[in-house]
Order: sequence, then C-alpha cells, then structure tokens
Amino acid sequence: MSKPQHTPGDVRSKSLVDYLNDENVRAVLYQIIAIGLIILAGWYLVSNTLYNLEQQNISTGYGFLDLEASFEISESMIEYSAQSDYATALMVGLLNTVKVSVLGIVLCTIIGTIFGVARLSSNWIVRKLATVYVETFRNIPVLLQLFFWYALIPGAFPHPRDALEPLPGVLLTSRGMYMPVPVADNAYTLMGVAAIIALVAIYFIRKWAVKRQDATGQTFPMLLVGLGIFVGLVFLAYLAGGAPTEMSMPELKGFNIRGGYNISPEFMAVLIGLTVYTSTYVAEVVRSGIQAVPNGQWEAADSLGIKRSVALRKVILPQSMRVAIPPLTNQYLNLTKNSSLAVAVGYPDLVSVSNTTMNQTGQAIEAISIFMSIYLGLSLLTSLFMNWFNKKMALVER
Amino acid sequence: MTQTASSQTDKTAFVRVNKLTKRFGRMTAVDSVDLSVAKGETMAIIGPSAAGKSVLMKCLVGIYSADEGSIFLDGDDVSRADSPARPEWAAKIGMLFQHNALFDSLTVWENICFRQIELGTLSRKAAKERATELLGLVGLAEESADLTPNDLSGGMQKRVGIARAISSDPELLLLDNPTAGLDPVLSNHIELMISKIAQQRGTTVISITNDMQIARTRYQNLTMMHDGKVYWSGKTSDIDDAHNEHLTQMLDGSSQGPITMRTGKREDGVYA
Repeated sequence: MSKPQHTPGDVRSKSLVDYLNDENVRAVLYQIIAIGLIILAGWYLVSNTLYNLEQQNISTGYGFLDLEASFEISESMIEYSAQSDYATALMVGLLNTVKVSVLGIVLCTIIGTIFGVARLSSNWIVRKLATVYVETFRNIPVLLQLFFWYALIPGAFPHPRDALEPLPGVLLTSRGMYMPVPVADNAYTLMGVAAIIALVAIYFIRKWAVKRQDATGQTFPMLLVGLGIFVGLVFLAYLAGGAPTEMSMPELKGFNIRGGYNISPEFMAVLIGLTVYTSTYVAEVVRSGIQAVPNGQWEAADSLGIKRSVALRKVILPQSMRVAIPPLTNQYLNLTKNSSLAVAVGYPDLVSVSNTTMNQTGQAIEAISIFMSIYLGLSLLTSLFMNWFNKKMALVER
Repeated sequence: MTQTASSQTDKTAFVRVNKLTKRFGRMTAVDSVDLSVAKGETMAIIGPSAAGKSVLMKCLVGIYSADEGSIFLDGDDVSRADSPARPEWAAKIGMLFQHNALFDSLTVWENICFRQIELGTLSRKAAKERATELLGLVGLAEESADLTPNDLSGGMQKRVGIARAISSDPELLLLDNPTAGLDPVLSNHIELMISKIAQQRGTTVISITNDMQIARTRYQNLTMMHDGKVYWSGKTSDIDDAHNEHLTQMLDGSSQGPITMRTGKREDGVYA
C-alpha cells in the first residue's frame, strides 16, 4: 500500500481522494460494486417472479413431485405406469437420457477412432471415404440428422406383418428392432454377482503380480488367468442357478409383435444421429492427436523394423491420448447435452418427460430447474471422470 | 572439388553408396552421393545444416528409399525401404536419432529393448535384464530403467538413445548428431564412450557431427557435405592445417567458397 512518493517524514493523514487513488483500494471497491449489482438484479428477478406467480394463483415448490403423473411413457428401464408419481416419471426420463448418452459416448468413441485413423491412411480410397464421412455429417445440424434417421427407419423397414429376419429371432420392422432375451431368472442375478466378485479378485491378483514382477522380475500370465477366473466364475454361477435356457422370442401376435426386447425407432434414431454426428468430431480429435506426435517417433519405430500397426498401438496412440483427452471430454459433454434434442423425435428423455410434467402441472420453473441441475450434474460427473483419466494418462514431467 | 581416396572405392567396402539421389518434390536433398566405409571403421559426416546429412542417414537406415543410385551393405542391395534384404538388416543397424526419438509412452528399459520385446526374441524379463546391462554400459544407473524418457535430462536421454541403438549388437551404428545440445565436457565423454563401444564390438560407425575437432580426433574417415553433395571425403589423418582451416570456414559459413543455400535467396555465398 505504500506509495513511493510519500517520504518517511510525510505525516499528513490520507484523505478520501487519496484512498480512491490507491490501486488496491480501487480494485476491491470495483468488485464490491459489481457483486452488489448482481445481487440486486437477482433479487429483482426472483421477487418479481414470486409476485407474478402469486398474482396468478400458481403455487410454488416441489410438492407436485408426489402427485400421480397419469401419463404413459413409451419406454422405460424401470417399472412405470400412468399411476406412478412425477418423481418416478422424471427418473424414467433421466435413465433414458443416461442410456442413450452412455451408449452414444461408447459408440462414437469407437467409430470416431476408426475414422480418425482412416483419415491418415496411406490408402487413397480409405482416406477419401473417411474425409467424405467426416465432412458430410459434421456439417449438417444434428437436429436435421435426427429427423433424417427418424424418417428413414419407419420408411425403410416393413410393417411388423412382413418383418425382416436377418438373424434367427431378430426382427426388423417399421416399429423398431426386436430381439430375443433370456426370461428373467435368479441365475442371472447370481451371474452378475459372480462377475463383480471375479473383477475384484482380478484387481487384487493384478496388484500382487505387478508387485512381484517389480521385486523379482517374474512375469505372470495375467490375461489368461484373469479371463479364466472371469469366465469360470460366471459359468459356475450359471450352472449353480440351474442353467436356465428359456428365451423370450419376439412373435407376431395380431397386428403387433410381442415378446423379446424392443429397440424403438425413436431410440435408434437418437442413438444413430448422436453417434454419427459426434463421431465425426471424435475422428478429428483422434486425427489431430495422432498428428501431434512427432514424425520422428514413426521413423524411430520404422528403423527398428517394427510394424506400423504395432507402432501405432504401442507408441503413437498412447502419446496422442494425452493430447486428445481434453477435447474428447468436450465432445462427450456435447453428446450428453445434445441428447436433449431427442424430444424432437419423441424419444422420452428427460426433457421430453419434463415438458409433459410442465404442461400438466404448470410448474415450469421447478421442472426446468430440475432438468437443468440434472444436466449440470451429468456434465460435471463426466468432466470429473475425464479429468481423473487425463491425470492418469498425463506425462510425468519434471 | 570432390576428392575421394582410392582405397575407399573398392567393391568390398562394408557400406557402399553409389550415386545416391533423394528428392522431396522439386528439392534435391541428397545429390548423387558416393560413399564407402570399410568394416569396423568409423566415419564422421560433417557439413552445414540442410546439407542432406540426416536424409542420407535415413536412406541408409531404410526410412527413405533412394530415387536414384544404390546402397550396398556388406554386398546386399538395400537401396529401397522395401528392398528384400531390408528386414534382415533392420536388426543389424542401430540408429541414434537427432532428437533421440525415444518413445515417451514406454519406460526406459522398454525403449532400449522395444524391438526384442515386440519381435519376441527376448522375454520381457530377459529384455529388462539386457536393458539394465546396457544402461550400465552407457553410464546410467540401474534405477533409471523404470523411469520414462521424460524423467531424464538431455544427456541421459542421449545415453538411452545410444543404448537402444546398440541393443541388438548392430554391425552398423548410425548416429545423427550424438552430441547436439550437450556441453563440451559431456560431448567429449559421449564421443569417447561411442568409440570405446565401437572398438570393443568391431562396429562400423557413421556419425553426423558439427564439431570439426571431434571429427578429426575421434573418427578415422571424414566426409564433408553441402547442398546435398559430397564436398570432400578422405582419411582424417590426411587433413593438414591449411585444409582444416578451409573446411572449418566452410562449416561455420565464413568461407566465400562454393556453398549456396538451396532456397535460392542467397546465391552470394553469405549465410544469414
């Protein structure tokens, strides 16, 4: 705070003007004023809204969540009927959003990586095809792509009466895809538990093997043993559960198909649309990641007589991952947020269910606040996970 | 101006390069170069930057294919990257790259024995033992085996690069600027280490350097390049002081000699 022009002998007390001329005082003052203005604006908006709602006799609060929803949802991962409450309905929407987002993220990563590598292929046709794919689907708005896929599926496939059967038990119709599923049985729960136990066991065995290798240099056939434990335990659980073989097969009953597992055209349209659109961005991220690795790394591997595929897997991709993970996180977040466009083709995602809830209850602010905080939460979770992953992959630099 | 000692043109030379030309687009990086090194001998290649030294070396190791001319190693034609004799020679050539080109995705020991691990000639355990042994040879502590190249200093990375280059006991060792960016004391140490290793194993060494002093004291043969051409080639013992001064001047660009930059902007012989 001391000013150089004040000599030690200067005993004159500081006036208000002196204080206002002080850089530090001014910096704090500006911030106080800015925060004050924001609070004022927020208070104005909230009090105004509350006043208006009161004038229109609209009650506020989240009490409506316990009321009966009394609307059907076409597909749900949990038990739901029109008699369920709004909270359950929103949960169904959330799960549908998570389902399409998680599947989309996994698929767009796989497809994007393939096309990203293909864009760098030495084969002219492969390279050009990948470029056309990326440039086409990247430059068409994702909403239009959803409409396209949703129009294509009912149009391209026949009525359930004449369902296509590409594989035994798998039916393709204008009402989506049907496939056989095992009839629910306790054995499957047992198998799930066995799988978790196997994974925990493998984790600890791996830890032990790495420790032993560090100490003695002895290697351990981890892949073989791990696979053995996993498959063995799960199969034992299957046998212990009585080895059920009953399957629910999709069959034409009347005008529609009953039984089996149905993948709706809405879900397919959303999943394909989001996956295709986002995979083009992932492809570009992967391509830039690979190109960020110096050419010398390829040459060094070349000079050692290492195959290019091995060099890509062992040398280039691990290094490009470090460059690619942060922009990849952005694409995952975009896909999750873009899944809210599902409302346009009638897939009952969180926004779609929230819309219905809003229309029926009139609790617009509450419903919007719920889905906004859920999307924020989902995005933050994705970010947290990717940051952790990035740290794990990051270079240890001194 | 090209002067070639008669003893080096014999057909029995271990490394024999005939009229080698390598172009990139319209630019000729290596222009009709002749070179020969007898088995077990060492050669320094010296020259200003953009003289085509590194490109020549990458042709020798099989990263680039010759556009014209030929390369023979111990009588085998390896002029092209896809020559039939190339795969066999990949194990018999060790190369240190200018910027080391160590694999950051792997640990130090995996770097050194990457080829052996990937081709399955050594088990991982045996590969680690071999790498540790080589680390001792290049003067690095055993503990550095489990670090990644990024944990190491520039001088240590060079040593790891050399360890990788000699890991398969090569017959031909190619070194692209083994002392670039190192201080004079460390440079001297590394060069001494290289000549020791080469002498013990009878390895033929071709090394790019920018240091006339090192070239004269540590190598038996010297080739000077500029503009993709060989400007002078012969035994280092044949270089007298007058000659040395001329070559050194060429190297640091103070000469008004025939060196011109290929960019075409500086045909007056003055370096920027």
